[in-house]
Amino acid sequence: MKALVLMEHDGAALRRGSGAALGFARAITEDVTVLVLGEGIAAMTAEAAKFAPALAADNAALADPVADRWAHVIAEVVRTHKAELVVATATTWAKDIVGRAAGLLGGAMASDVIGHELKEGELRLRRPMFAGAIIATITLKGSPQIITVRSSVYDIPEPAATPFAIKAVAVDVAALPNDMEFEGIDRRIDERPDVTEARIVVSGGRAFKSSEDYERLVGSLADRLGAATGSSRALVDAGITPNSLQVGQTGKIVAPDLYLALGISGAVQHLAGMKNSRVIAAINQDSDAPIFEFSDFGLIGDVYEEVPRLIEQLNSSQ
Amino acid sequence: MKILVPCKRVPDPDQKLRLKADGSNIDDAAVSFILNPFDAIAVEEALRIREVAHPDAEIVAVGICPGEGEAELRTALAMGADRALQVEHDGMLDPWNVARLLTAVIEREQPGLVLMGKQAVDDDSNQTGQFLAALLGWPQATFASQLEFIDGGLRVHRETDLGIEVICLTLPAVVTADLRLNEPRYASLPSILRAKKKSIEHTTPAELGVVLEHRVQLLSMEAVNNQRQCEQVSNVANLLAKLREAEVIEK
Repeated sequence: MKALVLMEHDGAALRRGSGAALGFARAITEDVTVLVLGEGIAAMTAEAAKFAPALAADNAALADPVADRWAHVIAEVVRTHKAELVVATATTWAKDIVGRAAGLLGGAMASDVIGHELKEGELRLRRPMFAGAIIATITLKGSPQIITVRSSVYDIPEPAATPFAIKAVAVDVAALPNDMEFEGIDRRIDERPDVTEARIVVSGGRAFKSSEDYERLVGSLADRLGAATGSSRALVDAGITPNSLQVGQTGKIVAPDLYLALGISGAVQHLAGMKNSRVIAAINQDSDAPIFEFSDFGLIGDVYEEVPRLIEQLNSSQ
Repeated sequence: MKILVPCKRVPDPDQKLRLKADGSNIDDAAVSFILNPFDAIAVEEALRIREVAHPDAEIVAVGICPGEGEAELRTALAMGADRALQVEHDGMLDPWNVARLLTAVIEREQPGLVLMGKQAVDDDSNQTGQFLAALLGWPQATFASQLEFIDGGLRVHRETDLGIEVICLTLPAVVTADLRLNEPRYASLPSILRAKKKSIEHTTPAELGVVLEHRVQLLSMEAVNNQRQCEQVSNVANLLAKLREAEVIEK
């Protein structure tokens, strides 16, 4: 089976999560090629070529990730390359652009895949539905099969000792759709690790009453642990945390080694985003909070008292 | 301007779902349904557009559901949609078929804007809006958190992993709504009663000239059981000791 893996980047570097798409493709077939799109992407393509032969669509018309143009180029490459499997990691970039490419390529797509099995000659895929309450096993009919995988599930393969070849993809600019214009992006400025990639996530919920309190307690504890910060939907809705931190069914899906849930009640849509973490610990004032049912360790208490104690303990045990 | 809002009927996420005994699907005998919450946000945004930018806007809610499954379309009517169209179909449809049916409806209705939820909270696929835009060859703005009409089109704020992105689109376009776009209104009792009397136009895939092509075959479903046992600790020192023992924080 011929696979094409779409490598995502932020304009400067490949996103680490793309490694999961590579890991998935490798688990299924030896015939893997990677594709990088953008403008001025030589360094990132060289990085991608450490894992598989690389195709580079490097063109000024692709300077920003605009869905109609990028999806058009991806679909063209899939057709010329005769890829039967197209894989990306499930991010907002992939949902937007790869989703559209799948629409151009016949619509055989599975999102957010968390497991697979080759059985009786067919690729069976496992994916969560209903906020993760149910895992469905499906197969896709038609070719190519377009699949996005959850970043925490598949590991990035080892890079090869000598890099693979890089081939430029010609972009026919005149044929590109031109109904969308990129105006800009207000990048979240965050010195902390990305919440989807961190080993530890410290997450805050409704118990925090202001951005200052959140930063002073959740932020400080995260920094002490070298962790990423996360948030429940309630805090985002209240304007206390930015939406890029929201963990849940419709936000980020995380699976760190440790998820520390502080003052989070544990709504179903939040649990969908973190319940596959290796160890979950919760601090909450309400002993009946559902989060405790999904935790390995629970401390009943007020986060305004317990979190400073926790930071103090960490500092004193150094 | 005509605004078309696809409205999906989904099981209410606030209920415990049960599977059929053979694990082939959810047991929907006792399930209550609601309008997909993201589609409700799309309806609300259409209403706000009619209230401010385009008072002449006509809002058409479109559902694909079995004959008796029109309650969610009536929710959209009660919120303020002008009319509703139901494509009769019983059973699950994958995003590809939904997008193809919507494409046929759109070719007939010729809206200037399609506003829909970014994902349905049942299958969580997050594909239909993108498929639809691709099939129509229209520009798309997924995960919209703010819309503004500008000369010749729309300016949309989009929620992405890297931050809030701003893009401009020509019309017609497909826009998918994220959570922060707005807070949907509750329909008043009089409008709910009025919506009950409104007629809903019916059509079928055959009438729309669409032969269904299934891309996703569901083999089985399993319920995810929570295996964790919570060990209660009495203070932060004990919590830290446990986390160190589990080797998830440094000693």
